[in-house]
Parts: sequence; C-alpha cells; structure tokens
Amino acid sequence: MEKTINISLKVWRQRGPKEKGAFETYSLEKISTDTSFLEMLDILNEKLINEGKEPIVFDHDCREGICGMCSLYINGHPHGPDEDVTTCQLHMRKFKDGETITIEPWRSAGFPVIRDLMVDRTAFDKIMQAGGYTSINVGGAQDANAIPISKEDADEAMDSASCIGCGACVAACKNGSAMLFVSAKVSQLALLPQGRIEAAKRAKAMVAQMDELGFGNCTNTGACEVECPKNVSISNIARLNREFLKAKFKD
Amino acid sequence: MSWLLNSSIGRKFIMALSGCALVLFLIFHMCMNLVSFISMDGYIMICEFLGTNWYAVAATVALVGLILIHILYALFLTLQNRRARGGDKYGSSNLTDVAWSSKNMFVLGLVVLAFLLLHLYDFWFKMMFAELFAGKIHALHSIVVLPAEVGGHMNMLFGNPIKVVLYLIGIAALWFHLSHGVWSMFQSSGFNGRTWLPRLKVIGTIVATLICLGFAIVPIIFYLRSLGLGIL
Repeated sequence: MEKTINISLKVWRQRGPKEKGAFETYSLEKISTDTSFLEMLDILNEKLINEGKEPIVFDHDCREGICGMCSLYINGHPHGPDEDVTTCQLHMRKFKDGETITIEPWRSAGFPVIRDLMVDRTAFDKIMQAGGYTSINVGGAQDANAIPISKEDADEAMDSASCIGCGACVAACKNGSAMLFVSAKVSQLALLPQGRIEAAKRAKAMVAQMDELGFGNCTNTGACEVECPKNVSISNIARLNREFLKAKFKD
Repeated sequence: MSWLLNSSIGRKFIMALSGCALVLFLIFHMCMNLVSFISMDGYIMICEFLGTNWYAVAATVALVGLILIHILYALFLTLQNRRARGGDKYGSSNLTDVAWSSKNMFVLGLVVLAFLLLHLYDFWFKMMFAELFAGKIHALHSIVVLPAEVGGHMNMLFGNPIKVVLYLIGIAALWFHLSHGVWSMFQSSGFNGRTWLPRLKVIGTIVATLICLGFAIVPIIFYLRSLGLGIL
C-alpha cells in the first residue's frame, strides 16, 4: 500500500551569483514515499509554476546515479542522508512525516552558485583539462591483451574510475578541498601502464590547477570518503600525494 | 623547491615532516620523564646532560624552529581552508560522521601550545634559561633550579593539584592531536594505501596513547607522593 507523508522544505533561493541568497520555506502534502527526491522537487516546482512563482533551479540529468550532475546538500549531508547514492537515487521513504528538510547548494569557493541550488562546477572540467587524460596518437587501437595488467591493479583503477565528478567531496569537506576528486582521476590512470607514461606530468599539472582554482588543502578528515556516492577511498589521496611528491623530488 | 610553499601537497608535506620530527621528540622526552620516578639520581644526570651544554642549547633552538614551522604552516593552511569554504556557510550543520579530532586539529593545537608555554615556564625557563642568564640578569637568581634540585622542584610543582589537572588537560589535548596527526602524516606524505590505512590508524592511536600515558603518569605519581603514600 502506498504511504504518503507531509513535509516542509527549507530551500536556498538565490537569484544570481552576485546576489544575496536566503532560505525560503515551502510545504508539500501527500508526497508518496515511493517518490524520488528530485521528483518531489518536480512536484514542488509544478506547484510553484501554477501559483505563478519562480520554480527552484537545480541540477539533474540522468537520474540514475551515473552522470554526476545532481547535487544538493540535504539535511547536513551532500546527496542526502542515504548512503552511497546520489540525490537522484534518494527516495522520500528516507524522510519522516512532518519532517523539515533543509536543501542547500554545494558551498565552496571553487563552486560559485549560479542560481538557487545550481552551482558552477566548471572548475572540475578545468582540472581534467589540465592533465586528466592520456595522449594517444590517432590510428588503430592496440589489442588490449597485448598489455598485461594485474587483476588487483585493474580492480583498483576501476574503483577510482567510478568517480562521477559530482563534487560531493568538496561540498562535504570543511576545507573545500577537491583532493578526493583529483586523486581518483590521477589514480585511475596512474595504476595502468598506459597512464604511467604521463603520470608525473599529470599529477603536477592537475594539482597546480586545483590549487589555482582556490580549492582548500586536505587535512585528512575523511568526510569526502564518507559522503562519496561512489565510495571512492581516501587511499587515492595517499597515492596522489605519493605521485606528486615523487614527481617534484625527481625534478 | 618553491613547490613546498606554493602547492597544497607541498605545504601538507611540511606539516607531516615537522609533525613527525615533533612526535619523535615527544617519544624521547617521554622516555626521559619516566626515569624521574624510577631513579632520581639518573634523572639528575639526564638534566645535567641536557642542561646548559652547547648541544642541548642548539637542539632547543632547532626544536623551537620546528615548532614555529608547524604552527606557521598550520595558521597559513587553516586561513586558506576557511577561504576555500566560500562566503555563505551551510545553514544545516554538517552531519558527516568523521573523527572529532580531525575536524579540530587547529583548536587542539592551540590548547597544546598553551600547555607548552605553561610547561616551558615551569621547567625550561627556571632551569635552562635561568641557569644560562643568571650571571647577567640578577632577578633570575631567586628562581633558578639547578639540575641537582630538580626532584624538589617537581615535588613542589606537582604537589599542587591545580597544576596536575592543568597538565592532564594539556596531555589529553595532545592525545587527540596525535590520534589524528600520527596516521595523518603518513597519509600526507604518501606512505599509505588501502591495506595500510586502517593499520596506520590503529598504530597512530597506540602511539598517541603510549606517549600520553607516559607523560601523564609523572605528574600523577609525584602528586600521589606529595600526599605521603609510602608505596610510591
């Protein structure tokens, strides 16, 4: 049988990057607990539009937890109170009847608010452009089996590659540090022979770009790892530190 | 080598290195302290050895340099991190479940620093500093504690329960600081991985506990002795 709840929402509204934002409270009645969190926001927006008000702007795309587009800092947790899921995979059954839900954008100097709950995450693209790739000449791809890779390395590279670049790590970190993201992107290539060739250059370039964009310094609190919807481990951060220090000492 | 100053990882590496050197000093200091209630004669010998000799003075200067580096970098990093958090603060409090000490390293550091200043006044100022400058500054004559008198000085100092409590508070803050700091320095310098991460956390807690127990036991024993309990 379908269960419904009545909730009240405290949502951050901000008209533009330079304007001052504030919380506004909305109430919603008879929300099915089978509704996803973003569907609940869709219902609210429909209500707001029918009332002639401005709908709430928020990021979303695939709605199946793989694109990394959705964000939202819900009740003190990036991606909400559920574990290892993105906001789009969060459902209203995680909330109680009569509960007040606070919804905020990611807050960090590196991610300025565009409008309401939508933040500018171009900073992550810039870090990727600085070196998060392998340079390969065009032509026929080499046979994959020609380069043997141990199962352990392949698995660990795959775990690092599960990062979807949503930015929850930055949102959760008290220092606004992007180290979990950068370390995952450095690790996914540093663990594989194809990525090894440019490993030193990559680590230096990506860290330099990260620092330049105003992200904070890692103090190893591990909040990023706890909130990461893809369970990316902070052992990646140790690897990034190692790669970076090794590269710098070699110079 | 400007990258040590200019990059976030470089700065954290400096924190890890200076922290590591300070942890080694703490272990050395703690072992010395233990001698004080095992054999006072032995402890007086150590105090003479590390008194006003040139190598002890040189080591003290180096140690002050290390502590200053650790504090200055901490200040710099903390200010930078606050700026990176951005203008608007979160309205809802952060509920992410992380170790309390890891979020409060700077405040814990301040408590440790306050304790350090008190401790330096109690011992270093009255012993090394007073002995070095007693010839030049007359006022120091009345407070100077010579190595041979260290036992009496400790009895007097730790006979005061308020002082003992202050020392224990300082040592407790040090435990929290170390419980995050010890494993953290391995993480920051890259000597860590999936297998060693949980191990290093356990090792860090053990090291912090051993150091702090070793430190705490001295004022406690001297206080109990001042109560006149014959067994100690």
